[in-house]
Amino acid sequence: MIDFPLPRLQPQEAAVYAALGLKSGSRPSPRSSALLLRALELFKICSEPLGLCAAIALDEFADVFSGQGRNAPDTPLKKIFPRADSLHLFAFTMGARISEEIKSLFASDDFALGSVLDAVASLAADQAGRVAEEWIERQDAMQKNGALSRAFLYSPGYCGWHISAQEKLFARLRPEKIGITLNESFLMSPLKSISGVLVTGPALIHQFSEVYPFCAHCKSPACRERGMARSA
Amino acid sequence: MKILKQIAQCLESGDEAGVPPLVRQALTEGIVPKTILDDGLIAGMNTVGEKFRVHDIFLPDVLLAAKAMYAGMDVLKPLLLSAGVSSRGRVVIGSVQGDLHDIGKNLVAIMLKGAGFEVIDLGNDVSAEKFVTAAKNNDARVIGMSALLTTTMPVMKEVVDLLKKESLSGKIKTIIGGAPVSQNYAGEIGADAYGYDCAQAVAGVKKLAAAVQ
Repeated sequence: MIDFPLPRLQPQEAAVYAALGLKSGSRPSPRSSALLLRALELFKICSEPLGLCAAIALDEFADVFSGQGRNAPDTPLKKIFPRADSLHLFAFTMGARISEEIKSLFASDDFALGSVLDAVASLAADQAGRVAEEWIERQDAMQKNGALSRAFLYSPGYCGWHISAQEKLFARLRPEKIGITLNESFLMSPLKSISGVLVTGPALIHQFSEVYPFCAHCKSPACRERGMARSA
Repeated sequence: MKILKQIAQCLESGDEAGVPPLVRQALTEGIVPKTILDDGLIAGMNTVGEKFRVHDIFLPDVLLAAKAMYAGMDVLKPLLLSAGVSSRGRVVIGSVQGDLHDIGKNLVAIMLKGAGFEVIDLGNDVSAEKFVTAAKNNDARVIGMSALLTTTMPVMKEVVDLLKKESLSGKIKTIIGGAPVSQNYAGEIGADAYGYDCAQAVAGVKKLAAAVQ
């Protein structure tokens, strides 16, 4: 089990403002700053972070990856995972309570606070992926007497890996144990949850230069920058 | 009128507690509710929407202003109803079937209410049939659909196709939005408009509602 201490998940104020559309270099209004402080208090009260991680063999993961056979013909992950030193299935949730709090804030017309709390919780769930990546890297380094590997989380629903692969991922990992369920569209509940495969290996395996057809529709193409920045 | 300007400015600063007393003051000054709505509250929200569009302010400021507008509307609503004043039109809105993400849709609904529309929010996981039935039953001019997943986007096309099949395309317009959706996709499926963000969505609904008046 990976430990997810709340202070490590709590996003930086600047990251929350950026997620809510504050222009770089601009200052939030005093009322918006006060909202963020209230949202961070609620975040501390309502978060129930839980994660699950399990090693998986390459051939077994090949089956999970293929899912229902609906992946894009070519994907980065298809070329990356066969070169990995190790693979781990991963799921994480911020818990049901924070999603219920967000819903309740919107229902009571406190949507300004609700939207800030939503942004905080989404960023925290993303941060949990990075916490898991670093945990795997530390484990890997211990096994290899300090040799440096890089772990990155790849998730169904992104970069040509069809979201329907969630079905096989869930069948193997059983995230129901930590309260995450799938609906018929393969969406996770609670909403502030993430899942995928942690691919560990030399930094080089995560790098790619191809432009895939689905890249044209991507509104946040940070995948290459991510691989480059951490491998530098 | 000075008091209307004060209402608009108070709303723009997101002062939820400050707006209702000013609205009451305007009423005691003999200003009719519709004028307070149009030249005070909606005028203030229009300024907020414009500042948001040009990135002068960011989302929480808009939502604080919208909350102040709601506080003002609480005072005006019974008076508008008794005077028989109608809204700018009805909009049916929802996240499409299979999609549980509704924050973006909620924000658009809030902004539409702030712009004077009556919003029928169907929530999330809404089927094509439910969208069309709700629009017909409520005499809505526009259907707004949101999707966060590429896998749920096809429901948007189902709605457009169903409206065509029922010969309602001219009477009920469609606007779509959400992370994987684009102007190209709107064109591809025959949707009438696309909203990149909530400010664009409101501007799009205003145009569409005016077109079917």
